[in-house]
Amino acid sequence: MAAKDVVGYRAGLHRWSILLAFCTLLLVVAGGMVTSRDAGLSVPDWPLSYGQLMPPMEGGILYEHGHRMIATTVGMLTIISMIWLLKAEKRRWLRILGVVALVAVIVQGVLGGLTVIYLLPWWISSAHASMAQLFFSTTVAMAIFTSDWWLLGPQIIEENQKYRIRALSLAAPICVLGQLFLGAAARHKAIGSIYHICGSPIVTGVVLWVALRILLHYANNRELRTASVVLTCITFCQVFLGIAAYMTRIAYADAVQPMPLMVTFTVLHVAVGALTLAASVTLAILVRRNVTAAPLEFREAGRVAVV
Amino acid sequence: MLLLAACGGGQQTRTETQASLPEAHIDPATAGTITGKVLFKGEAPAMPVIDMSSNPQCERQHHTPQKAEVVVVNGNGTLKNVFVWIKAGLAPARWAPPAEAARLDQNGCVYQPHVLGIMKGQQLEILNGDPVNHNVHAESTVNAAWNESQPPRAEHKFKQFSSEEVLFPVTCSVHPWMRSYIGVSPHPFFAVTGDDGTFSLKGVPPGTYTVEAVHEKYGRKEGKLTLAPGGSAVLEFTYGS
Ligand SMILES: [Cu+2]
Repeated sequence: MAAKDVVGYRAGLHRWSILLAFCTLLLVVAGGMVTSRDAGLSVPDWPLSYGQLMPPMEGGILYEHGHRMIATTVGMLTIISMIWLLKAEKRRWLRILGVVALVAVIVQGVLGGLTVIYLLPWWISSAHASMAQLFFSTTVAMAIFTSDWWLLGPQIIEENQKYRIRALSLAAPICVLGQLFLGAAARHKAIGSIYHICGSPIVTGVVLWVALRILLHYANNRELRTASVVLTCITFCQVFLGIAAYMTRIAYADAVQPMPLMVTFTVLHVAVGALTLAASVTLAILVRRNVTAAPLEFREAGRVAVV
Repeated sequence: MLLLAACGGGQQTRTETQASLPEAHIDPATAGTITGKVLFKGEAPAMPVIDMSSNPQCERQHHTPQKAEVVVVNGNGTLKNVFVWIKAGLAPARWAPPAEAARLDQNGCVYQPHVLGIMKGQQLEILNGDPVNHNVHAESTVNAAWNESQPPRAEHKFKQFSSEEVLFPVTCSVHPWMRSYIGVSPHPFFAVTGDDGTFSLKGVPPGTYTVEAVHEKYGRKEGKLTLAPGGSAVLEFTYGS
């Protein structure tokens, strides 16, 4: 079946959702740059910048105001996403998700403004950082939900009663989010980076546990297989980037300004952190959609497929 | 010479109502002088050259590469930019701040001076001699912290600090290498070591004092001394890498 024939599929809406997710990832990178470049307070006022819409983009202002500009763009894209979903989308829960996304992006913008006004208290900055990661996962989920392959319905398989996966699949995104929060708190100097470092083998272990269980016991489902491999690859990249970020930080401990190599690895670590959370959220969503808890004969395939 | 390592956080909020304290006055007949220097032993750490390439307008103002000022060891083996003050021993009194303001200038995207002493209640005048925007962020913890922009050719900024606080950073996030320190003293007996590493506290009433030296990287050291009426006392501090 060609994509255009899938009932309820809107190519434009799907592409728009992908654009939103991509721009959100750029926004996460820009936000990571602000922190790594120590530029968070280079523009003391908010929502204006030096009392203007467009201040001179020099030094730290380039990063802070650039971040605000990309954020404004993502906000606009989210508004259009919501309107599009409200007008064209049949699935009520997805229309609600569109509204939730807009509320989230507004809250996120206000958190960003407040942390500047209150001179970067660690808990507002960490909430802003964690919320960014969650929002990116939301946009990825929206792109998945609007895709033609999602609308084609799942390939239902029964949960292996010995190697259950439905509940376990939720552990990965929860652990990753906790680890992201520890990373943010360390970055904003509330705690030592030791907690984030100690968290990494635990989170990696949980991710591997979930991914391997799927590859060993649910590999006949293509969606689950692919998502597990992707999550595992991203997680390994993330661990290496974390080590690199830490090593450059140690090497430049006495630097009097942010060093480019440290900034690069740290920001990549933040961005791939967002990808790790999104991949683990995606895997959990796909597990919940493809694996039924009850034996198959008690369920009507159609009811499950519509979701 | 008596040198004691300070054991952590000597900052405390002075909450007593200033109005209830007697006004301090110095009797010139008995006032004395505390002088001394801050020595640096061992090899001076090499300071990195600041990379101002992200702001050509800052870079253009310097004919020679600017080095960081975290540790500046003078030619005579002394340490520059150490804040020295009488930490304890003065009779409780209300010292009137001087009428003239202390000045913090931003020149070539570098703070001048790097370490500044100021009295509680004294005006701090902040200037921007640069053709670029700065933000000025007082990272004080006892006094309320603030962060304000200062565009080029903007009016001078005037600020005051109402509580004793030694020593907090003042930073600019537009130019992340910009970092200076301010020490707020409740009395006029403080100094910052310069190119010869010496300090001199004049007009000090006789008494027994704890004098503290504070360096941004090497931290706090204390010395105790007794100043006889009209006398003078000498104190040396020694830091090392
Ligand atoms: Cu500046």
